[in-house]
Amino acid sequence: MKKFGGPAFVLDRSDINTDEIIPARYLTENSKEALAPHLLEDLNLDGFDPRDEKLRQARAIVTRGNFGCGSSREHAVWVFEKNNIDLVVAESFARIFRQNMFNCGMLAVELPKEDIDAIVALGPDLTLAVDLEKNVLMAQGSHKASFAFALNPFDRELVRAGGWLAFADAHY
Amino acid sequence: MGQTIAEKIFAAHRRDTPTPDNAVLNLDVVLAHEITTPIAINDLVARGMDRVFDSAKIKAVIDHVTPSKDSKTATQGKILRDWARRHQIKDFFDIGANGVCHALFPEKGFIRPGYTVIMGDSHTCTHGAFGAFAAGVGTTDLEVGILKGVCSFRRPETIKMAITGKLADGVYAKDVILFIIKTLTVNGATDKILEFVGPVVDAMSMEARMTLCNMAIEAGATCGICLPDRTTAAYLWPFIQGDYASVDAAVADFRQWHSDPDAGYASTMALDISGLEPQVTYGFKPDEVKDVTTMAGTRVDQVYIGSCTNGRIEDLREAARILAGRRIAATVRGILSPATPKVYVRALEEGIIKTFMEAGFCVTNPTCGACLGMSNGVLAAGEVCASTTNRNFNGRMGKGGMVHLMSPATAAATAVAGVITDPRPCLRQAKEAKL
Ligand code: SF4
Repeated sequence: MKKFGGPAFVLDRSDINTDEIIPARYLTENSKEALAPHLLEDLNLDGFDPRDEKLRQARAIVTRGNFGCGSSREHAVWVFEKNNIDLVVAESFARIFRQNMFNCGMLAVELPKEDIDAIVALGPDLTLAVDLEKNVLMAQGSHKASFAFALNPFDRELVRAGGWLAFADAHY
Repeated sequence: MGQTIAEKIFAAHRRDTPTPDNAVLNLDVVLAHEITTPIAINDLVARGMDRVFDSAKIKAVIDHVTPSKDSKTATQGKILRDWARRHQIKDFFDIGANGVCHALFPEKGFIRPGYTVIMGDSHTCTHGAFGAFAAGVGTTDLEVGILKGVCSFRRPETIKMAITGKLADGVYAKDVILFIIKTLTVNGATDKILEFVGPVVDAMSMEARMTLCNMAIEAGATCGICLPDRTTAAYLWPFIQGDYASVDAAVADFRQWHSDPDAGYASTMALDISGLEPQVTYGFKPDEVKDVTTMAGTRVDQVYIGSCTNGRIEDLREAARILAGRRIAATVRGILSPATPKVYVRALEEGIIKTFMEAGFCVTNPTCGACLGMSNGVLAAGEVCASTTNRNFNGRMGKGGMVHLMSPATAAATAVAGVITDPRPCLRQAKEAKL
């Protein structure tokens, strides 16, 4: 199965919506690549700069509750994908965003608030790795920590298949 | 144990059960618009999978930016238009016949009780007003829907929302749903279905039920749903009269979808809306809601009446009650966008368009436009809009702009005063003037 993880960037706020992830003004693009420069352009978060080098190098996002709420736009997932981010770890996700992640063969991991607190406490130099056999997330920052997570078996199938289109084409 | 309406719909459409917690459902209708569909079409073409599962079950519209405003939006329209022609999608609505998807498709009778519906649009939950399971999805789900006529969902858990009491004059379905979102919070219903029941819902028109279900997603819900009844049957009658001997027969048939008395719910909430004031949002989240009286006096630059939430004829009538014989404030730009051509024509016939124009409103063609900050009324940074739409996210109607969500009556009263205003005194005055 695909490997997930790498340098992680923390967005320490709840209810980050799809308009903040990729504003509607870019929805007229007909290619996924064209979205890439506009990642999190309208994010409302103190001290956040969408041009931050660390964000550009990130392979994973760590965030709080209800991530990806708002519109159904899969652009909000592709804009991460096209920035080489295919792992988002959050306290919870909005349904459509979560489904879009797995539909694209990407990984959305839910952890309780205490675990997210612990990851954030590891500091800004954070690296994540995922063991999809054991359902464990390993975090390396100021020290090492690991966290068990639950994954819906069907979502695991989608990650394995490389997304819903491939799965559905094989099954239905 | 009995079943909820959503469980009954799932049981009737189940194609596969990949795990006990997941269901793959057969779809009755796949809806499409020109913002999220072209990229799905392009992807299917690139994969050599440019097919549709059933052209009669696909309905498409160009509604978000119409007429096109630049080459990019023109291209999006063209991709959808060419695809609809290529696959002989008969129910395709282009300029001259187009309107906001969640207002247009129900008006055409496409949504029926017990149906499964998806669209690449989060406000697809609107169609639950007809007793359908209707969910917004992303592009990949849309592609699979178009190609295979199926979609996957988690096992449906339902929150039962029993609404009792009596709505006062000047208080509407919009105020009820804003209050519900405030109560549930923006993720209080995530992965859940919101089933709206009780005497207040029973007494609501189909249009009001659509307003109610439209904003279920703002509490995170997969779908809002109402039990199909005589009001549903009467609304759909022009489209179903070939299928049923009488409205009574349709009503009796629709009962098969009603939740059983012993159905299991994730939770049940009772809400008495007697005494509810008109509601207005104040922040950048749809659960940041206050009574209009505490928000009164907030300056606005623009008032927008339209959208899939509140751009239907009953909405326009309520706003016109306030605007009749009045002028909007000199500091305010008023924009009315009737949601569909049918709404527009009806408003013309009833003199409502004239009322709006004499009050100083600009009237646009039916389109989403300003609702998502794409055309026909985008805000400048620092500007404030009183809007009958459903989202007040930061930048939603234009970067740096602020949106206050409210009912059409509150928006109309606000337009007249130039500041957020309680519509009830205006409505009382209008009533007294009539007597
Ligand atoms: S009116 Fe607004 S919310 Fe409704 S479908 Fe159009 S853009 Fe979406």
